[in-house]
Amino acid sequence: MSKRIITPTPALAEYLPQQYKDLVENGPHGRGLGVRDLGSFKEIVEEHPHCAGCGVSLGVRLVAAALPAPEDTLIVGTPGCSFFALSQTAVNYSNTAFGNQNAVASGLKRMLQIRYPDRPKDVVVLVGDGGIADIGLDMTLHSWFRREKITTIMVDNEVYGNTGGQESGMSAEGKVLPMAPRGKNFPKIPVFDLAKSSGCVYGARVTVANPVRLGQVVEKAILVAREVGPTYVQIYTPCPTNMRFSPAETIDVARAAQKGTYAFEEFMSEEAEALIAKSRRE
Amino acid sequence: MSRQQIADPQHLLFEAPRHQSFITGSEAVAEAVKRANVDMAIAYPITPQSESMHLVGELYEQGYIKDFYRAENEFAVMAAIHGASLGGGRVFTATSGPGTLRAMEMFPVWAGARQPIVCAFMCRGVSLPPSIQPENIEMGMLLDTGMLMLHAEDGQDFHDMILKGFVVAEQPDVHLPVGVFVDGFFATHTKDRVMLPPADLKLPPYDPRSAPVPTFDMETPPMRVTRDPLLNKSNFISGSANASWHQEILAAAERSRRHLRKCLGGLLEVQNPGAKIMIVASGTAVSQSREALRLLRAEGMEVGLIKIKSIRPFPEAELAEATDHADLIVVPEFNAGGWLGREVKAALDNNRRVISAPRIFGGMSMPPGLIVETIKGAMGTKKRTAAGV
Repeated sequence: MSKRIITPTPALAEYLPQQYKDLVENGPHGRGLGVRDLGSFKEIVEEHPHCAGCGVSLGVRLVAAALPAPEDTLIVGTPGCSFFALSQTAVNYSNTAFGNQNAVASGLKRMLQIRYPDRPKDVVVLVGDGGIADIGLDMTLHSWFRREKITTIMVDNEVYGNTGGQESGMSAEGKVLPMAPRGKNFPKIPVFDLAKSSGCVYGARVTVANPVRLGQVVEKAILVAREVGPTYVQIYTPCPTNMRFSPAETIDVARAAQKGTYAFEEFMSEEAEALIAKSRRE
Repeated sequence: MSRQQIADPQHLLFEAPRHQSFITGSEAVAEAVKRANVDMAIAYPITPQSESMHLVGELYEQGYIKDFYRAENEFAVMAAIHGASLGGGRVFTATSGPGTLRAMEMFPVWAGARQPIVCAFMCRGVSLPPSIQPENIEMGMLLDTGMLMLHAEDGQDFHDMILKGFVVAEQPDVHLPVGVFVDGFFATHTKDRVMLPPADLKLPPYDPRSAPVPTFDMETPPMRVTRDPLLNKSNFISGSANASWHQEILAAAERSRRHLRKCLGGLLEVQNPGAKIMIVASGTAVSQSREALRLLRAEGMEVGLIKIKSIRPFPEAELAEATDHADLIVVPEFNAGGWLGREVKAALDNNRRVISAPRIFGGMSMPPGLIVETIKGAMGTKKRTAAGV
């Protein structure tokens, strides 16, 4: 997308809301900005109705800021908490039936390759744990098996947040939750390990407690997906509402997880590593 | 691949000289797709659809289609087709019976996203008991998904309705998915004479600017589609926005009538219009009804036949007019539920004239004699009722 496409004609400009004018005048399109530049530009995520202290909303905001080319990025989502911030994001955002995101992204990416063979369009799946690990797991894995050139990002709050905090496959073992009245009786689904064995050429596991690293891995994942193959980023986005901690403690909870289940981990294929090294030199 | 020229749809569909072929319904699908300038097709194996999508895969190999893959299940197929269509190209897929049901959640999404997807449905029974035999109960389950529904009688219809489906689906004032339905096996696995337009002609490419909603390519503003999620709000504004969107889908289906009349020569077609006994049928039940007409004529009985070509939109007004004079209306169909009978009854005054039978299901072909018996039985009942017996 060229900036011209979103620039209003002068006659129309005065009737547009301030947030839109800000986006045209000071948005991130075509400027190569990142998480470190937050505060200096108009973000593509608009105000949203998430709960106070929501880890998912922070995760979405940081991912949006880290997109290497927001002007050519399309986000595919699924119903759930992530929807609330994303539906108000100034990139094309699709959200249809629960769990279908990696199938939708596969079709979309391929069609955009047909229509824009010379202009890479980054198709990014940005979805919660229920969508990726439970109801959509088959489509998640098959998109990786097929080596679709898309980036899959999980914002993992370890519950079905939007429907009342029920157990998800990503909930911690033993956790007592709605629909797990005796405690969850199996471990977190090893989606990160599955990504390694199912065809992802780059993967990273991070939390919202480390925004700069989060931004770096998202950028790498998207650049690698553009050239090499499927990539996966799993972000811990704790949920104060359903996990019953103070909204002020979200970052502390995420930071604590970095010492355990959410210790930073990254993997990449040789081809992905070479590409990342090349992009650093440029 | 022979080099294809882009042809005006009017020329390709109606004017270009056709040549006769002797092919199966599945091959007729591939012949239509070959001429439809499809960008992408996605498939999942299910009987009796599989052969048609094998052939579509070969079209990809031959260069007639730009991308093709075998997906993981029917829900994933319909989701990926949705994604591909969002990207602004022309797409095709097909499914059948249990596959249709597995994919069900995506069909209203297609309509809601105003996507001109053409999908062929080779209808078959759904479990339980397990069946791969012909039945079209799935059509009854799809009546209110928002997609347009055309029901082909034979290979010729199937071929033509797929090509015409793209033309109607992509009209700017329609822009809805079109399902082209055929009764599996009877029409998919049997060979029939099909008149084909020249293979070196194809439809013009899909123009995403004909869509009433922005194409999903980050080149078509507005980039942000919603300001506030319509979901999860029960206030007046979000309710109205959601409802008006649905109303517009229904209105678009209404507007398709004009285009369907032009393309199909009418939403229904009448044989022996003056007869007091009318059979109303769709799909292969029309062919069996033609045979019943022949049997009845041999006995000196004049019976008329109304072939319903468009199930959605349903030709209520045309049907009422064509049956206004009729004393008896018989609706034979290939399913246990009798969805066509219900549609017919809902469209007509004095619907006690309508006999929703025979219904054939479980895998048998429809004996024309059964239609004859149903008519005679209903006439006997009428006579006895009139005589006060």
